[in-house]
This record gives sequence, structure tokens and C-alpha cells, in this order.
Amino acid sequence: MSIVIADEPRTAPPPPEPAVPVRNYLNNNYSVWSWLLTTDHKRIGILYLVSLTLFFTVGGIAAGMVRLNLLSPSGAILTEDQYNRMFTAHGVVMLFLFLIPSIPAVMGNFFIPMMIGAKDLAFPKLNLASWYVFMIGAGFAVWAVLAGGIDTGWTLYPPYSSRYSHTNVTPGVFGVFITGFSSIMTGLNIMVTIHKMRCPGMTWGRMPLFCWALYATSFIQLLGTPVVAITLTLLMVERVAGVGIFDPTIGGDPLLFQHLFWFYSHPAVYIMIVPGMGVVSEIITCFSRKNIFGYKAVAWSSVGIAVVGFLVWSHHMFVAGISYYSAILFSFLTMLVAVPSAIKVFNWTATLYRGSITFQAPMLFTLAFLVLFTVGGVTGVFLATLGTDIHLHDTYFVVAHFHFVMVGGMVLAYMAALHFWWPKMTGRMYSDFWSRASATIIFVGFFLTFVPQFVLGYHGMPRRYPNYPQEFQVYNVLSTAGASVLGFGYLLPGVYLTLSLFFGKKASANPWSATGLEWQTPSPPTLHNFDATPVVVCGPYEYAIAVDQMGRGLPEPPGPGSAGDPASHFGPTGPCGPIYKETEVVG
Amino acid sequence: MSASTHSPVLKHHFDNLEQQHSAERLGMWMFLATEVLFFSGLFVAYTVYRYLYPADFEFASSHLILWIAGLNTGLLITSSLTMTFAIRAAQLGDRPALLRHLLATAALGSAFMGFKAYEYATDVEEKYVPGPMFQAEYDRAVEELTHAPKDHAESHPHNPAWDLAARNLGKTYGDPGFISPQRVQLFLCFYYVMTGIHGIHILVGIGCILWLVQQTYAGKIPPENYSTVEVVSLYWHLVDMIWLFLMPLLYLAGAGMKSH
Repeated sequence: MSIVIADEPRTAPPPPEPAVPVRNYLNNNYSVWSWLLTTDHKRIGILYLVSLTLFFTVGGIAAGMVRLNLLSPSGAILTEDQYNRMFTAHGVVMLFLFLIPSIPAVMGNFFIPMMIGAKDLAFPKLNLASWYVFMIGAGFAVWAVLAGGIDTGWTLYPPYSSRYSHTNVTPGVFGVFITGFSSIMTGLNIMVTIHKMRCPGMTWGRMPLFCWALYATSFIQLLGTPVVAITLTLLMVERVAGVGIFDPTIGGDPLLFQHLFWFYSHPAVYIMIVPGMGVVSEIITCFSRKNIFGYKAVAWSSVGIAVVGFLVWSHHMFVAGISYYSAILFSFLTMLVAVPSAIKVFNWTATLYRGSITFQAPMLFTLAFLVLFTVGGVTGVFLATLGTDIHLHDTYFVVAHFHFVMVGGMVLAYMAALHFWWPKMTGRMYSDFWSRASATIIFVGFFLTFVPQFVLGYHGMPRRYPNYPQEFQVYNVLSTAGASVLGFGYLLPGVYLTLSLFFGKKASANPWSATGLEWQTPSPPTLHNFDATPVVVCGPYEYAIAVDQMGRGLPEPPGPGSAGDPASHFGPTGPCGPIYKETEVVG
Repeated sequence: MSASTHSPVLKHHFDNLEQQHSAERLGMWMFLATEVLFFSGLFVAYTVYRYLYPADFEFASSHLILWIAGLNTGLLITSSLTMTFAIRAAQLGDRPALLRHLLATAALGSAFMGFKAYEYATDVEEKYVPGPMFQAEYDRAVEELTHAPKDHAESHPHNPAWDLAARNLGKTYGDPGFISPQRVQLFLCFYYVMTGIHGIHILVGIGCILWLVQQTYAGKIPPENYSTVEVVSLYWHLVDMIWLFLMPLLYLAGAGMKSH
């Protein structure tokens, strides 16, 4: 499969592509060292994918233990101490070792250079270093939570974490501190790549929205992560030296830790969710066969979230004793950040309107994202409101809210991305039936797990407690039942995606007939992504124009050979626009 | 791609040297932004506490060794100058000058660290270290001064704990003019953490400069690759600049206070 440059129009039906490209990034070299010393962004993406799957499993097992323990009002399987360590392990592993690196490190690494027509990220060695740094930090953190554990909760508030906790706080914090550098390296690499490595014709206004989203994410990673790094350093110094700036006995203020911690950790939830929003923009256009509604609005709302997200951190501290006036200000700013998120949701909904929608697994995950993220976002406004937050603060309502955003939003977006790009990454198609089944099971299991928690929280069940009154048991049992369904839903992709590597049908270069540049190379991609530097002449989502007329790609050869392909029944559709119509979307 | 792009220093994934250099520069500037944010957490915390406890911070600051800080400031500013000369030498392809300027920069940075180490040693000798060390010395000073004020005060004229005990003699917490030994320790936490982290940055900078020296010896810094020197210099200047903020915050805060 070759790249068609703008001045070589193709009118005849394209020749069928070669079944197996001679050399691709996977079969080029099979040695272990070729993986461990690779500077290829695609292989580093795969390294991250494997590591993150491992950490997701560890965090998921911890979540399962927490839910099992809550089956009984007095704790079913764990002691109080073990319970504290277990929910901390769940929080630390899921947030720092899965959600923060998830889409930027796996999909960002793999697809940002391909989407903008580059051969690699700007700093390939730095990229490899980021994986090693991540693994070293993750090693410390996982060792800390498994060998003895941490009982402070992932928020690590002093003076408990600095003075009174006799658990592995120091190695755990050190691990998180190190993974922060990995996050900075990835963010820096992606940002410089987007600035400097775009191929001819790839203007900012023609960039896929995934790139805009990751650009905004990198902005937060670059400006937020160093602040938590210094905060955690100060915490470690305080623990090791026995004296430090958060120590109330020498006039220090533990509340200052909360300010500095949330100055990063609130924007960090946007590090987690904004890449997911980028994925949704890619998938929703592809499976509705439509251009995105409001490209500029969706693109700039990512940047808007990144900027306003830095101004809302104190809403975590409404009941911690901050000034009443600053609480009012932060309440207002928190509601303000709902605006760009809502802009995105409305634009995605408008994109679906009158689209030719098909329901393959990536689209099912994306639609689930839309529903769950909206619920999570709206319940966030309850918590931004000062009066209701005093009632709901630190209850299961908060737990349910952020799981709706983080799991219902981000994890589903991650699954959507994985299913969307799996054929490109591995060159194999997975089971259509089982992937749809998995999306449905996860959606149902998710609702069953977390809706009861809203009720629990509203009735006052505090988070992080192993015990609860008898009348809450029914909701806790419902929630645990939902978690089992959810867990089963997560196991399925592990099985059918693995099987697809060995038994899956070979994927064509563009199984979804998508418009992005990453689909213009063979699956799996060749060593340097493109045989020749691509040239871009139109916007990223010109689904109304036949793919072969966009001046940069070829449609799938229609035919019986691809009948069983889950996506092969939609080819280029819609009225053919003028060939090489220049469609500039943003300035 | 034209033939001119196949320079040995051009990496395979860049189209031309200009793109490569501008990517390197942009990457370093972004890294510097993260460094600024890293230190800004400390600056914010310092500002909060200095606003809360101005007199205690002034007293604590007045017992740091000002002449070393002044000398070190001079050393670092000079090293920025030699670093800039090094860029010029790299652009001109003047290898001996490049080596000279790089080595001078590394030497000035090392001298900074040497004086810093001497200062730390002096501080430890005076027991001017937050935690039990300072507190025990202060308690001892209070005890002995309460019994025989004159003799002992003169026997430890420059010791911060003794000076503080002499000032606080006859006062208790909350009296006007009472300076809390605990808050002095809070200042010292900032002093050690800020200068310590800055020192680590200087060491990393010296490491990078020595790496440049090795690269220059190996002939890997031709004029078209001068941006490598420039990128390291950006980092070095930032570390110098952070010192220019640390120095007044830590050493000059109490300069108006007569300490001895």
C-alpha cells in the first residue's frame, strides 16, 4: 500500500494490497534486546501497553478485595488495617500507574507521530528512557503497596503520612515521584513533536482532535507534575529527616500540603480524561461517517479544560478549613470547567445526528463513554456546589462521581482506543461478537457497581470505612455484584484480544475506512511509518468525501474477501466532493 | 530530501538540521518550564511562611554566612558568561576555545559547590540544623544562660542557638520580640531543601558540561551541531537564575537585622 500524493490523482480502482508487507515494526527483529533497547515509538507504545495491562490487573485485584470486604457490614475478608492498605494500593496503582500514563503513553506514543505524518517522536531516546523511568518508579510503588502496604490513602495527607503512619510511605512516594518524571518526558516529547514534526500540509486546523487533546494533556503534564514532584519531595524529606515544612510542631501547615498536592492532582484528572476525549472525537466521526460538529470548539475546549483545570484545586478542601471567600471563588471556577466539557459532549452528540452509525466495539465503548461521562460530569457539579458538598464530601457519592469519570470515562475511552487501533497495532482483527459483548457487559456492570454508591453516599456512608450500618448492606451487595460483572467484562478483552494475535483474521490497512493518516500505512505499520512523507490537503474528518479523493489515501478494495470483516461493509460513502478540495477548518 | 540534509549529525527522523535544532531548543525550553514549576512550589511555601512568621525568618536568615553566598553568586554569574563564550566558540568551530570555556564553566560550578560544602559544614558545626540538633543546643543555651548570663553568651558569640537564647532571655512565647526556635527550624528546612535541590541541579549541570567536554574531544560537536552546547547552556543559565532568587530570599531576608 502506498501513499498517494496530491498531484497523482487515482481514478482507476486501486490494486489489491499485498497480503503481508515485507517488513513491519513487529517482524523486523524478534530478539529481546530489539524490544528492550528500541527507540521506535511504536514498540515503546507496545512496551507501555504490556506494562499498563499488568498494573491494571494489580489495581483491579485490589479493587476486587475492597468490594468483597464490603459485602459484610463488619468486613468480610480483611482486617481494618488490611482494608486501609488495600484501598490505598488500588488508588495508587490505578491512578499513578495506569490512568495517568494510559492513553498518552500507549496511544500517544504509537499514534501521534503517525497521525501528523512523522517518522518518530522528536526525542526517541528520551521516549525509551521514559519507559525505563516509569518501570523503576512503578517497581518502587508496587513493591511498597505489596510488601507491607501503605495505609494513608492515595492522597497521602500529612501529618498522618509524615509522622504517624508506620507503613511503606517513603518507598511508595518515591516511586510515584519517579513515575512523575516519566510523565513529564512523555508530555514534553509529544508537545515538541506536535510543534515541530508535522508533515507538509498538516496545519494546526487539520490536525486530528486526538492530537489537540494530547497537546492539552501534555501542557498539564509539563506544568502540573513538577509541583507534585516537589510536594512529594518535601513529604519524603519530612519523613526521613523527622522535620519538615508541613510539621505543625514547628509552625508548619499541613493544609499547605493539600494545596500543593491538589494543584497537581486535580489537573491530573484532566491528564486522565482529556486524552479519552480525543479518542472519542476520532471514533465518533469514523463510525458516524461524518465530519466532527464544531471542530474548533472541540479543539479549543481541550485547551480550555487544561487552562481552567489549573484554577479549581481547592474544591477538594471545602471542608478542610479554607476561607469562605476562596471557597466561593473555587466553587465558581469549578463550575466553569464544566463548560468546555459540556461543549465537547454537545458537539459529539451533534456529530451523531443524522450520521450513518454502525455499532462495532469501538463505537459501543464510545457511546458508553458519552453516557457515563455525562453522568459523572453532572454529579461533579453537585460536588462543586458548596452547600451540597458539605453533605456529600468524603462520602460514596464522591467515590461514585469520580469512578464515573475515571472508569466510565477514561477506562472506556482506553478500551475504545484499544479496539479502534488494535488492527493497526497488531495487524489482526479481533472477534466482532465477543468485543461487542464485552462492551455491553462492562457498561451494565459499571452501572450496577456505581449507581448504588450514589445512593450510599447520599445517605451518608463515608468513603474509606471498612464498616457500615446494617441498612446499607443491600446497596453494598449490589455494588459488589456489579463489580463482579465489571471484572468479567474486563477479562473478556484479555482473552479475545490475546487470541486474535494468533488466530485473528489479518487486518487490512484501513479496516474502519477511517480518514486519519495512521490508516494510510499497512497494518502493522512499516518501520518508519510511511514510505514517503505524506502531504495533507484537507481536514481530518472528511468522511463526506470519498477516501480516495482526499488526495492522500485509498479506499478499501470492495469484495467478498473482506465480507466477514466487522467493518468492511462500509466503504467510502457520501457525495463525492471536488477532487483536492482544500478544506481548511481552522485558520 | 536534498543531499545537504544528509549531515552526520542529522538524526533519521528529522527532515533537516533546522528542524532538529529547533526541536531540541523547544524541548529544553519546555523542560525549563517544568523546572520553574518545580521550584515554584518551594517559593510559594516559603512566601506563605515568611508572611506568617516574618521576624523568625529574619532572625534565622541573619545567621547564614553571607560572604559565601555573595562569593558564590559571583562565581555562578561568571560561569554563565563563560558558558555563553562556549556557544560562540562552538559556532565558530574553535575547538580549543570551546574546551577552555567549558572547563572554566565546570570549574566555576565546582568552586560554587566547594564553598557550599564548606558552608554546610560550618552550619552543622554550629548545630544550625533543624530538628533535635538545634533544639537541644537551644535548650542547653537557655538553661545555662538563665544561671550565668554573661559568661556563656560571650563564650558562644556567633552560635545561632546561643544568640537566640540570649535574645529570648526572660521572654516567653507570645511576648513581643520573642523569636520561636521552632520557626527558626522551619526556615532552616527551607534553607537546606532549597539549596540542596539547587546543588543537585548544579551537579547535574556540571555532569552535562563534562559530557560536552568529552563530546568535543571526540569531535562530535562540529559547528552545525552547536545547538547541543546551546541546549546545555539554557539549562545552566536557568540553574544560575534560580540561585539569583534563592540568594536574596534566604540570605538577605535578615540582612537588616543586627545579629551579633
